[in-house]
This record gives sequence, C-alpha cells and structure tokens, in this order.
Amino acid sequence: MLTLQCPYCGVAADETELSAGGEAHLKRFGPGSSEEEFHDYLFTRENPRGVHFERWRHSHGCGKWFHAARDTQTLEVFGTYKAQTTEPPKDIRDAITAKRPGWTWRDVA
Amino acid sequence: MKRYSAFAIAREALRNHTGWERAWRSPAPKRHYDVIIVGAGGHGLATAYYLGKNFGITNVAILEKGWLGGGNTGRNTTIIRSNYLQDPSAAIYEKARSLYETLSQDLNYNLMFSPRGVIMLAQTQHEVRGYQRTAHANALQGVATEFITPRRVKELVPIINLSGPRYPVLGGLWQERGGTARHDAVAWGYARACSDMGMDIIQKCEVTGVRTEGGKITGVETGKGPIDCQKLGVVVAGHSGVLADMAGFRLPIESVALQALVSEPIKPCMDVVVMANTVHGYMSQSDKGEMVIGGGTDGSNNYTQRGSFHHIEETVRALIETFPMVSRLKMLRQWGGIVDITGDRSPILSKTPVEGMFINCGWGTGGFKAIPGSGWGMAELMAKGHSPLTQAFGLERFREGRFIDESVAAGVAH
Repeated sequence: MLTLQCPYCGVAADETELSAGGEAHLKRFGPGSSEEEFHDYLFTRENPRGVHFERWRHSHGCGKWFHAARDTQTLEVFGTYKAQTTEPPKDIRDAITAKRPGWTWRDVA
Repeated sequence: MKRYSAFAIAREALRNHTGWERAWRSPAPKRHYDVIIVGAGGHGLATAYYLGKNFGITNVAILEKGWLGGGNTGRNTTIIRSNYLQDPSAAIYEKARSLYETLSQDLNYNLMFSPRGVIMLAQTQHEVRGYQRTAHANALQGVATEFITPRRVKELVPIINLSGPRYPVLGGLWQERGGTARHDAVAWGYARACSDMGMDIIQKCEVTGVRTEGGKITGVETGKGPIDCQKLGVVVAGHSGVLADMAGFRLPIESVALQALVSEPIKPCMDVVVMANTVHGYMSQSDKGEMVIGGGTDGSNNYTQRGSFHHIEETVRALIETFPMVSRLKMLRQWGGIVDITGDRSPILSKTPVEGMFINCGWGTGGFKAIPGSGWGMAELMAKGHSPLTQAFGLERFREGRFIDESVAAGVAH
C-alpha cells in the first residue's frame, strides 16, 4: 500500500488515510487569460510515465493538503513537501535527479 | 484463411488436428504502409478491420508494444451495454452493441456474445430519477431500455437483497440486449480477419518516436526500425499521452489504474449483469462459474497495471450488502489495467494538430463494450476525414465547452 509522510503532522499515512488531489503546481488562469491558457489550465495534464508531482490531502488525519513526488511507472515515492510553494523544493528535485538522471517535468525540471 | 465450422472440427478430428493454421501471420514490418495503427488491442484491430472492410484500405500495419490484446482488452469485465444518457454516446455505444449481435458470424470467430441483459440498480432516490430520465432518453435514441420495479429486479436476480439498510434497491435500468462477450476472442477474431485481408500485425514492436515533416505525419520510429506511412492512428488507451508527447502535443487525459477480480467458480446463480453504481461495484457470472467483479478507479496517476488493495476491499464490501452470498466466496485472482480518463469521462476520436495523425483514446473505464462502434467510426474518420459517429468526440470539444458529460449521467463505475 502507498505510504506518504504528511509534511505537516509528520505521520506516515497509509493510502486509506489520504485523498488524491490530482496534478500539482497548476498555474491558475482566470478572467483575462487567453483561451489557450484557460483550456490548458482546466484540462491539459502532464500525465507522465515517470516522475509526477501531485496533490494529496491527509483527509483522515490532520486534514492538510500537501504535495508528493512519485514515479508513476514504479510507484516509488521521492518525497513529500508542503503545499505553500509554486514549484518542488530543491531537496526534492535533487532526490529525484539522484535516482532519475535527466528527468523532465514541464518547466520545473 | 480456412474457415472455422462444425465441418472443420470433424475434419480435423479425423486428421489428428494437423490441419489447423495459425490464426494470424507474424510478418516482419515492411518499409512503408498506407496506414499504421499503433496498438493491437480491440479498438486498434477493429479500426484496421473496418478500414479494410468498409473502405478497401488493406495496406495497413498494426504495431503492438506487447502482445495482441494484452492490455485493457484482456483486463476488463466484458460488459456490453449502451444505456447512455447523451445522444453521441448512445449512438456510438448502440452501434457497437448492434455490431456485437452478428460479429461472431462476420468474423467467423466465436466471440461468445451473450446478450443476457444488464441491470443498473437504483439505490437512492437520486438514482431512480436519473435512470428514469435515461430510460426516456434511450426511448428517443432508439436504444431499448426500461425502468423496472424492485419486484422485477428480484425475479431477474434471485440472489439479491432488496432491503439493505443503507442502500435498498428501489428499481433498476434494464437493458435486455446488453450482456457480455469473451474479451480475448474479440481481439483474436479481429486480428484473424485483419491478417486475412493482408494486413500486417507486428507484435513486440514499440513505437519510440513519431516522424513529421511540415506538420504532416511521415512515419514512426520503432524498435524494429523506422516505418513510413501516410496516415497514423494512435489507439493506445492509457499510453496515449506518451504517444502525443512524441508528436509534440498534449492531451486532456490522466492515466489511472482500474481493477477487477474473480471469485472461485460456483454453480450458476446469476444469469444477468448487475451494476450497483452508488456503491461502486458490478458483477456477472462467467461461463466457468466465476463471479466477475469490478469497481471504481484508483485516485492517483499510475502506469503499472496494478492498483491499491483497499479499492478491492471497498468494492467487495459494497457488494456484500446487496449480495450477501458474496461474503462466503473466496476470491481467486485480481488484476489491474491502466485506463485513460478525460475531463468529461467521454472518449476522444479525433484529428490531431499533426496532419494525417488521428487519435482514439479516453475510453476510460468503459472501452470494451464500444470496440466495434469505435473501430467503425475511427475507420470512417481516418478514411474520409469525418464521421457522424465520432463528430462530437473531437479534441476541440474541451476548448469549445461542448462536453459529453457522462460522468454525471452514469454516476460512477461507467
């Protein structure tokens, strides 16, 4: 079973304690943006076979939203981090690079 | 191709079965084809078959990374129905269901199509109203369904518990000509017919790149070398995003795991398919006697063809209230497939930003039932550039806000 450590309360939570919240680091486009930007924001997703950043909620625990870096091909977890950021922190990126040299993910790679 | 028949069985019995030929050839790829289809699952093979049968295009290669029918075609719960709310969905799924009726004869391959009937249980007042609405919509679409009473449900499914404490059965949406078919045979039957028309099915041949020139498709790079083509059809379900990435565009799709399981074989106890969408579970009995059970998808992106154990637990727990006998069954095996889910839970059959490249994906959790209709429409789209069956399923519908919103219509587990 997938286990993620909640970066807020520190609990190593089983998947049954968590809710998946989809892709992380989406840039929000609202009124005034172009149709292309709004379309991509609403529908287009990275959906990589490999390194993926996603949102999770510790819903049956402390209730906080956080981010996780996972590999969708191996189900390996690279790390979790707090949600108050627009891109993955350096230690997470370094942890990924150590295991997946040359990985890319949109413009945060 | 030697035809299968009762006579052929008798003949081979006398010859010690030495006269059977391989169902399809496994040739080396040629350097050039008119059309390349990526993905030899049900949808890809059906697309190739109808390209040949309806449009006479037979210089076709079907490339497959793994083995034929080894993806979701061999991993689903084999349910066939067409009781959808929205007109474009009802049209393509009903086309598929009606083709299934005579497909064994058309392909000369026994698909074991069993129109045993499908019930979708209404277990909340909301579902009662929803399914009554769907039954009315189906009447207008020419899809034969009816809303039936709990008593009728009990007659059709004696093992059901109508008066569960949380989710009593309040009625059901009944499609008498829905049912099941043997999923592997659908892929094998189409493959045999395609091979017979002279098409090349090339297994263990992964596409590693898409070649374009001036925004137009020219071919693909594969593990067995480059192959040229005029038109490319990408029919790879969960891996569609990977192929789109090679061609330089992105898709409104996420890939997640969907699981199913079967019980030990037991004596015949249920001769219809029952879906309980409120509680996330559906069940039918296979010809071998196994109870075939499916549930909802996992919530997170996944390419591994395996899912989380607790989803299996949730599915079985949900079914136990409605089918108490399930609690006494041992489960034999469980498996997962990667399904491609779109924003509106409806498929994409579309041209792409690359000229000559077409995509058929996004069938999500409901692709098996659609195989013949999907192939029929996709072949027409690829041959003529447009098809009434696929018109509403274009990629541009997301930008234009013309969703085919079956996530609302089906509730769940669709």
